[in-house]
Amino acid sequence: MTKDAMHVETDVLVIGSGAAGMYAAIEAARSDCQVLLADRSLIGRGGATVMAQMTVAVALGSETPDHWSHHYEDTLAAGRGLCNEPLAQLLCEEGSECIRAMDDWGVGWARKGGRIAQAMAPGHDRPRCVYVDFLNTGPAVSKTLRTVVNKSGGIRKAGDLCIVDLLRNKSDVVGAAALHLGSGAPVILSAKATILATGGLTRLYRRNSASANMGGDGYALALRAGASLVDMEFVQFFPIGHLAPRLIGMDPIMWDPFRYKLGGRLLNNRMEEFTQRYGVAEDGKYVITRDVGSYAILKEVEAGRGSPHGGVYLSFQHCPERALREAFGPVIDRLAANGIDLTKMPVEVAPIAHYHMGGIVADARMQTDLPGLLAAGEAVGGANGANRLSGNAITEALTFGRRAGRSAADYVSRMHRSPDNADNAQAAIALITADAPTRNFNTAAMQQTLQKTMQDDVGALRSEARLGAALGTIDHLTDELGDTPPGDGKRFDMRRIDWFDLRNMLLVARAVAEAALARTETRGAQQREDYPQLSPDWAFNQTVNLAGLRIELSSSPRAAAAVAS
Amino acid sequence: MSQSATLKIWRGLDTNAGRWESYVVPFEPGQSVLDGLRWIRANRDPTLAIRFSCINANACKECMIELDGETVYACTARLQGREMTLAPLSNKKLVRDLVTEIAPPAERFASS
Repeated sequence: MTKDAMHVETDVLVIGSGAAGMYAAIEAARSDCQVLLADRSLIGRGGATVMAQMTVAVALGSETPDHWSHHYEDTLAAGRGLCNEPLAQLLCEEGSECIRAMDDWGVGWARKGGRIAQAMAPGHDRPRCVYVDFLNTGPAVSKTLRTVVNKSGGIRKAGDLCIVDLLRNKSDVVGAAALHLGSGAPVILSAKATILATGGLTRLYRRNSASANMGGDGYALALRAGASLVDMEFVQFFPIGHLAPRLIGMDPIMWDPFRYKLGGRLLNNRMEEFTQRYGVAEDGKYVITRDVGSYAILKEVEAGRGSPHGGVYLSFQHCPERALREAFGPVIDRLAANGIDLTKMPVEVAPIAHYHMGGIVADARMQTDLPGLLAAGEAVGGANGANRLSGNAITEALTFGRRAGRSAADYVSRMHRSPDNADNAQAAIALITADAPTRNFNTAAMQQTLQKTMQDDVGALRSEARLGAALGTIDHLTDELGDTPPGDGKRFDMRRIDWFDLRNMLLVARAVAEAALARTETRGAQQREDYPQLSPDWAFNQTVNLAGLRIELSSSPRAAAAVAS
Repeated sequence: MSQSATLKIWRGLDTNAGRWESYVVPFEPGQSVLDGLRWIRANRDPTLAIRFSCINANACKECMIELDGETVYACTARLQGREMTLAPLSNKKLVRDLVTEIAPPAERFASS
């Protein structure tokens, strides 16, 4: 079809191979679709799923009687009035089926007396979170789905594909154009249906808990193709990300499981508990939700009561060695290798970018505004409103992935022709193969500048002045980036890869900052120091579209659940 | 207390036509070799090719390289105040610099 580009045709293109993407691929293949599962890294190893440490929330009622409607009520309450109700319902109602399917596939959920164990987590009204010991939920979920993908006929896997743009035929999405990192060559992927399962945007932040390939790619791809985003201002900061001493070989959110199992105490530099000042007395238990926890820690630091590296202390010194061993086994040895003995010392923790509540607008079939384009998992906006409940992310990935795979197969079954030719394939190929004079800029340093700006000024504490300064930096970096990628264009050309990443990251950073600036209130993860109160006037969602090069915001009423018939 | 390591790194696109480049990298005790490689990219040379995604968790298993002839994960090997020699995996096909073809054959993209 197109000169000088490799060309592949498939029924369903799945972009991203975390839990959502792999589950979508499995379901579409079950419906006899040919699937291409593409990832910019290795299949089923990058992204956020593999990083999950412990909890997966689901109303199994394994230990305590439960019903999905209780989980749903907790999810809506955590979302501070902004959840898309049909999406939240899908997550809560179908979660138990997906969790049981994973159990059948051998994920190995922890058990107590033969029943699947369920832990209590902040914001839930009863023990509801399943997990895999020790700190192994994410790796076990990824490995299980990889195995099922490998056994499913009809799924072709393709790693090292950096998706540059979605392909369109008028308003229909008909696949994607990619840069194959291993060769530097452009690739045209023609598909009858395309599923964005690209995860969130934590890479925009200097301190983050996810992989380097979570730079908001799916949001940028969707925006440029003409789809809408929603709730982009709501970035979840995980309050107790590891800060010091330097800890390697472990994910920085690993203190969450420790708090689930052992409680732990959050202390300021006077070794006093402080969360009661911000409305939540913990008393050794883990009850503080993520939005309040992040706010409390940053305010304590601001008041001069922070730890040496700019966070607070988390202490398990009251726990006997035996209890630590019983709860975390070999993890205690990994901590020792990093010079950390929890019986003798506290660690320093501080908020860290963790998850994005916002994302691509999709209905409960995972269908976006554009025919042929679906989304799944964290890439979808709305299910969690202004603040996500602990444990909902993996459940969201599984339930939304499964639904997206089924919907895509249904769409394909009604389409009795090959995918259409794309209007913008040549432009994408020209960009991927651009032979531009190399300008003297450091793409890796530009990414660090953006990450620092987002952390400092579009982070957990925001104001008009900070957001304005961040938008200035984003403007400057966008100008510096220019219109054509640098580098030699040969294989694994890091400057070129960085350039395509920055192109997405800067667009998404702008969407977050502009939505945060417009929302003149404090709600959930959006903490405005200049508007410290929740405002009833802001009980609606903001959608984001791209008009030329400009971000356009509009208000949309919250999607309500259908009235039960 | 800040120290410095000298990272001597193999660079090139062709196994038979490479070169060694050395970079002096400041570090705090406890930092990883991957921290050092990322520092080089942001402060000295953004063209240095490395493969990683999880950064710190030893979850993605993508950052395998040879350190002084031994296969290690760059994210869990620690920087030391001496010369450290970094090379791509010698038993995998070279892509560029420290990046090799590590995906199983069934997961590699091919046009047919």
